Amino acid sequence: MLIFEQSSAGRHAYAQSGRNPTDVSAIPENLRRQNRAALPEVSEMQAVRHYTRLSQKNFSIDTNFYPLGSCTMKYNPRACNSLAMLPGIVDRHPYAPDTHSQGFMACMHDLQEMLKEVTGMKAVSLAPMAGAQGEFAGVAMIRAYHDARNDTARTEIIVPDAAHGTNPASAVMCGYKVKEIPTDASGDIDVEKLKAMVGPQTAGIMLTNPSTLGVFERRIQLIAKIVHEAGGLLYYDGANLNAILGKVRPGDMGFDVIHMNLHKTFSTPHGGGGPGAGPVGVSERLKPYLPIPMVAYNGREYSWLVEKDCPDSIGRMSAFSGNAGILLRAYIYARMLGREGMTRVAEFSTLNANYMLKRMIDAGFAPAFKDRRATHEFIITLKKQAKDLGVNAMDFAKRLLDFGVHAPTTYFPLLVPECFLIEPTESEAIDALDSFIDAMVQIQQEAEENPDMLKTAPHTMPVRRLDDVRAARELDISYFSKQR
Amino acid sequence: MPFIPHTEEEIRNMLNTIGVDSIDQLFDEIPAELMQFSLDAIPTGMSEMEITQLMQQRARQDGSAWSFIGAGAYDHHIPAAVWQIATRGEFYSAYTPYQAEASQGTLQLLYEFQSMMTALMDMDASNASLYDGASALGEAILMAVRANRKSKSRKVLVPRSLHPAYRATAHTVVKNQQIELVDLPFDSKTGQTDMSALAQYSGEDICALVIPQPNFFGVLEDVDALVNWAEQNKTLTIAVVNPLSMSVLKPPGQWGEAGVDICCGEGQPLGIPLSSGGPYYGFMTCRQDFVRQLPGRIIGRTVDMDGKSGFALTLQAREQHIRRSKATSNICTNQGLMVTASTIHMAIMGAEGLEKAASDSINKHQQLIERLTAIDGVEKLFDGAVFNETVLRVPMDAEELLRALAAHNVLGGYNLATHYAELGDAIMVCSTEKQTDDAVDVFADKLARIIAIRSNPGCPTKPKFD
Amino acid sequence: MSNIPEELLYTDSHEWVRDEGDNTVSVGITDHAQELLGDLVFVELPEVGDSLEQGGEAGVVESVKAASDIYSPVSGEVIEVNEELADAPETINEQPYDGGWIYKVRLSDSAELDALLNAEAYAAVVEAEDH
Repeated sequence: MLIFEQSSAGRHAYAQSGRNPTDVSAIPENLRRQNRAALPEVSEMQAVRHYTRLSQKNFSIDTNFYPLGSCTMKYNPRACNSLAMLPGIVDRHPYAPDTHSQGFMACMHDLQEMLKEVTGMKAVSLAPMAGAQGEFAGVAMIRAYHDARNDTARTEIIVPDAAHGTNPASAVMCGYKVKEIPTDASGDIDVEKLKAMVGPQTAGIMLTNPSTLGVFERRIQLIAKIVHEAGGLLYYDGANLNAILGKVRPGDMGFDVIHMNLHKTFSTPHGGGGPGAGPVGVSERLKPYLPIPMVAYNGREYSWLVEKDCPDSIGRMSAFSGNAGILLRAYIYARMLGREGMTRVAEFSTLNANYMLKRMIDAGFAPAFKDRRATHEFIITLKKQAKDLGVNAMDFAKRLLDFGVHAPTTYFPLLVPECFLIEPTESEAIDALDSFIDAMVQIQQEAEENPDMLKTAPHTMPVRRLDDVRAARELDISYFSKQR
Repeated sequence: MPFIPHTEEEIRNMLNTIGVDSIDQLFDEIPAELMQFSLDAIPTGMSEMEITQLMQQRARQDGSAWSFIGAGAYDHHIPAAVWQIATRGEFYSAYTPYQAEASQGTLQLLYEFQSMMTALMDMDASNASLYDGASALGEAILMAVRANRKSKSRKVLVPRSLHPAYRATAHTVVKNQQIELVDLPFDSKTGQTDMSALAQYSGEDICALVIPQPNFFGVLEDVDALVNWAEQNKTLTIAVVNPLSMSVLKPPGQWGEAGVDICCGEGQPLGIPLSSGGPYYGFMTCRQDFVRQLPGRIIGRTVDMDGKSGFALTLQAREQHIRRSKATSNICTNQGLMVTASTIHMAIMGAEGLEKAASDSINKHQQLIERLTAIDGVEKLFDGAVFNETVLRVPMDAEELLRALAAHNVLGGYNLATHYAELGDAIMVCSTEKQTDDAVDVFADKLARIIAIRSNPGCPTKPKFD
Repeated sequence: MSNIPEELLYTDSHEWVRDEGDNTVSVGITDHAQELLGDLVFVELPEVGDSLEQGGEAGVVESVKAASDIYSPVSGEVIEVNEELADAPETINEQPYDGGWIYKVRLSDSAELDALLNAEAYAAVVEAEDH
C-alpha cells in the first residue's frame, strides 16, 4: 500500500509544527498557493511504521552478502555515520566563515592529502559529487589542457569496448568523439590497434586498471608511453581502486588524471542509489584546471581556494563544496584504516576473490579468463548453461535471491556473454564466500534437474519477477499521473 | 586488522586452496617496479575511540553560533524519526535497485517521492533525483536544448537574480556543448528580473528562459509575466524553486497560462541538514511531453508475473549504462539516501506541516527585518516582496561587519560583494521557523553596537578582533 | 532464422527499404533487428517535412534493454510517419515489414538505392553477425 492510500483528511503530526496558525498575508495574493499540495495526511506513527516496513523489503549490505562486481559492497562502518552527524559538524552552514570552520576544513584538507598520497598524484579536488561527475571533471580538465595549448585538433577520446557506460557518456558531454578500442582474448587492450588509433587527433584515453573484466592491464606502462608520445593524456577510472589500494598507485602507472569512487573504495553508504563522491587527482601539468573549491593550509590555518585563486579551473561542480557529509565519512574510514589498513584492503579483497575463483572453477563453473589471476573481482560465464539448459545469467541471479544473496553484476561488461562479475570485497569472512559457492552449486543442480525453479525465480521475495516491458510501455511514474 | 575478519588459520587455508604461498604471490601479474613505494605521509590507523575523540574535538572547535545565513541552504526543523529511519541499515547500505525484486522498499519509496514532487510542483512527471540543485539546473538546460526542436540558437536566458553558484555550475556543465548562457539584469529597485530587458529578446530565437522563485535575493519574481512572455516567444521555461516555499507559493505548474515546461531546484530544505553544503539533492519535474528527455533514474509501477503490483527502474534505455555515448546524461547515481530522508520528512510533515514551517519562516523573517532596519544606516535594498531572505544595505564594509559579528558568535548573513559589487555594502539575512527571540535580540544588539562604534570618529578603524 | 523478404532492399545497420515506385520509399527495421532489441516500448519518429541525409539519424527505437538509432538508408524529405507506433510500438515486433513501417521519404537522389543491399547480401550480413 502506498503512503497516499493511508491518508485521512485532516491528519497531521502535531508535534512537528509550531503553534502559530498559517499566515501568508505577507505574500502578494497572486503569488499564493490556492490549493493545498496533495502530500500524505498521516500520523507520525503511520509514517514511521510505513517506512520501517518498506525498509524490511530491501536487501542491503547490513543484511545480505552482495558480491556485486565493480560496486565494492564492503561494510559501512557505523562510526562513519554517527561521527559525520555530530552536532557542530552536521549543522555547519556551507557559507560559515573560515573562523568557524577550521575543524571541518582540517578534515577536508587531510582527506585531500591522504587521497593524493595513496594514488600517487600531485593534487586532489574533492568537488565532484559522484563518480560520473568525477569523470566529467577529468575529461573537462584534459580538454582545458589541450585548449590552453591551442591544440584544438585533438577531438577524440579512446575508450575500451569493455568500459563502463559513464566513460563514453562523459566524453561526449565534454564535446569529444568517442573511439572504441577492442580488448584481446586475454583481457588486455589490443596494443597494436592502439598504436594505429592514436595520433594528433587523440586528446586522451580513459582506462580502468584493473579493467572492467577483472584483470590487471599488464602493459599499462607501454600503453601510457604510446598515448603520451602521441600527445594524449591518460585518464584513470577509479572504480576498481579497491583491488590495488596501497599496493599500486595510478600516478606511478602514468595516469595524468584520476577519479575515485568514495562510495566504493572508501566505504561511504550506497543509500539505495547514492549519494556518492568522486574526487579527482591530477599530475603536475593538470593542476591549474582542478575543479573548485579546494582547501589550502599555510601551516597555521585553513582557507578555501576559489575562483580568484584558481583562474584556470574548469569551474564549480555544485552550489557549495560537494558532498561534504560523504567526504567526512570517507575521511573517518580512511583514518581508521591508516596506511597499513589501506594496503590490507587490496591484499584481502584480492585474497577473497582468488579464493572464490578457485572454488568456483573446482565446482565446474567457467571463468572468462582461466589463465589470469583474479584481482578484487573476476568473471564467470554461464553461456554453456544458457546454451545447454536454456537458463541464463539473469535466471541464476534471480534464484540466488532466494538463497539470501544479492546476485553479482550481470550483463556487464557487455563483452562477455551471460556473465557474472563477482566482487566479494575484503569485509566478508570465509563463511560468506563458502555459502555463496554452495548456493551456486545447488542452483546449477536445479538448472540441470528442474530449470523452471530458476526461470520463475525469485520465489521468496516480496514480489515475483517484474514486467519491465509494461513498466516502460504503460508509464506509471506518479500516483497522481492518471488523475491529471 | 580493522574491518578484515580473517584469522591466521583461515588465511593459510585460503592460500592453500588457491595454490600459492603468500598473498603477495597473488599480485605476480603486476610489474614489480609499480609496487615499490612507501605511504609514510599517511598516518597510521586509529581505533574507533581515537577517531571519535578527534571528531568531537573538531566539532567543538567549529562551535555553534547563531546563524542567519541562507543563500541556498536553510536550517529547518527535521523530525527525529526522519534520520533514524533513513539510516536503518536496510536503507543506508542498500545498493541501487537494479535487482528490483530485492529492492521493493527503496523502489516504492522513490515512487512515492516522485509522486510527492509532482504534487508539490503541480506538474506531470518527476525523476528520482539528481546530485544537487545547481547541477540539476545544468541538466535542465541540456534537456531544454534537446527538447526544443524548433529552436536552433542554443541560447538560454539566465537572470542575474539566480544563485551565482547555480549559474557557475550550469556553465561548467554546458560550456563544451556550444550552449550560450545569456545574463538577464535585475531591476535595482524591486530586486526582480527586469521585464523591459527581457522584452528586448522578443521575436528572437531563444531556446529557454530560467526563472528562479524565490530568487537569490529572497525576492518573489513576477512568474506569470515571465512565463507568458516565454510562451509567446516559443521559448521553453525552466523554473528553479525552493521546494518548501512551494507549499505556500503558487507552484510552477500553475504559472502563466500553461505552466512551465521543466522545474528543478534544491531539495535540502525538505529534511536535509546543513552539513556543510552536502550531500543534498536536486529534483526535476516536467511536462508529460518531455518525460523521455528527463535525465537520471525514474521508477515506474508495474506488475509481477502473478499480477501483483510492484516497482522497477524504467526508461533505462535513455541512461548511460545502455545508451553510452548517446545517453541523455552521464549520470549514474542519484542521491538515494537523501531522497529517502526527504520522502519520510514530507510524509511526516504533510502539506500542513510544510505550510506552517514556511509561514513561520516568512513571519519570523518580517520580525527580524523590522528589528534590524530600526538600526540607523540599515535598510532594505529592494522593495519587492520576499519569502524568508532580505538584502540589507549596511553603513560599513560588509566583510568587516560580518567578521565583527562572527567574533561575537553571530553569523550575520551572506556578503553579496563577490558577485554583486554594484550593490555596494550589502548583506543578505535569512530566517527560518527555528529562529528564536533570543537570537534576534543578540543579533540586533551586536549589529547596532558594531555600527555605532564605526560611526564614532574617535575609534580605531580596524578593531582587534583577530 | 529471421525473415528477409526478397523484394526489399537493406542496409547493414538493419533498416529495410520498399520502393513505392513514385520516387518515394517506405523505411523500417528488419525482423533481425526487432529480435535483437526485444519488446519495443517506444519509437521516436522523424517529423513530416524533415530533411534526411543517407546515413544520418532518422529516429530511435527503444526497448527495455536497448535504444537504437535508425539510420536513414536514403536522402530526401519525410512525407509521412506511422503515427500508430506512438501507441503501439510492438507493431514493429509483430509485423516489421508491413504494419511496422516507420516513415516514408520522397527521394532526392534515386541512385542511392543502388548502394543498398539486396536480400541475399543482407542475409549474409545477418549470418556473419550470428557467429
